[in-house]
Amino acid sequence: MSVKMSNRQVGDVTVVDATGRITLGEGATTFRDTIRDLAAKGSKKILVNLGDVSYIDSSGIGEMVSSFTTVTNHGGQLKLLGLNKRIKDLLQITKLYTVFEVFDDEASAVRSFA
Amino acid sequence: MAERKLLLDSTLDSVEVAETAVLTAAQEIGFPEDDLHQLGMAVRESMVNAVVHGNRYNARKKVHVSVTKDTDRLTIVIADEGDGFDPNIVPDPLAEENILRQSGRGLLLIRAFVDEFQVRPGQPRGTEVRMVKYLAKAS
Repeated sequence: MSVKMSNRQVGDVTVVDATGRITLGEGATTFRDTIRDLAAKGSKKILVNLGDVSYIDSSGIGEMVSSFTTVTNHGGQLKLLGLNKRIKDLLQITKLYTVFEVFDDEASAVRSFA
Repeated sequence: MAERKLLLDSTLDSVEVAETAVLTAAQEIGFPEDDLHQLGMAVRESMVNAVVHGNRYNARKKVHVSVTKDTDRLTIVIADEGDGFDPNIVPDPLAEENILRQSGRGLLLIRAFVDEFQVRPGQPRGTEVRMVKYLAKAS
């Protein structure tokens, strides 16, 4: 299964719930298009919920980094929520913990944008 | 020792085929769940390199996969028919100036997830990668 993404609004934070696999091909493309669309429409506070993402490969990681840059260049912030241990390990290996703000619970993540 | 060989098209579907073959072999010799995930990711990254960067999706070029089971380890060899590849020219993805690059992390992940990893020129052309993961070192 590729990734499915849906958006909801919590105050002024756009929470993007992702489900499935973010891998080369449709998954990575869907992720990129969803975040770029939000940034283009003016979303400045984007929280990507990866709680139901089972697998990310290097292409998926690349799209996450690219999305981070896109949102930042639009004057916004992109943060991550609900990473499982394997995805946390990927961020450690790639040193991307130094780039992304990562949260385990949604309320804290939403408050962090204030 | 048991070896299984696959000759695969240069498509993304072949990535799934190779990953499934390796995971099946790894399960048969008893790798734990976390190691299966790591092996799967190492194979996926290597196959993507072979299909996308090596053979460039060329329908006339194949990807050669060999999976060898031993009692204490799994050896995977993946070879493409591309123009060759020098891993030393890949920018260090951990360097500060590269941390926000979109690509270039595949080899880093492969090295992190297997116990042995070698890249060498293929015969007669292309690139061959050899990966070994030991059961005894399973966490």
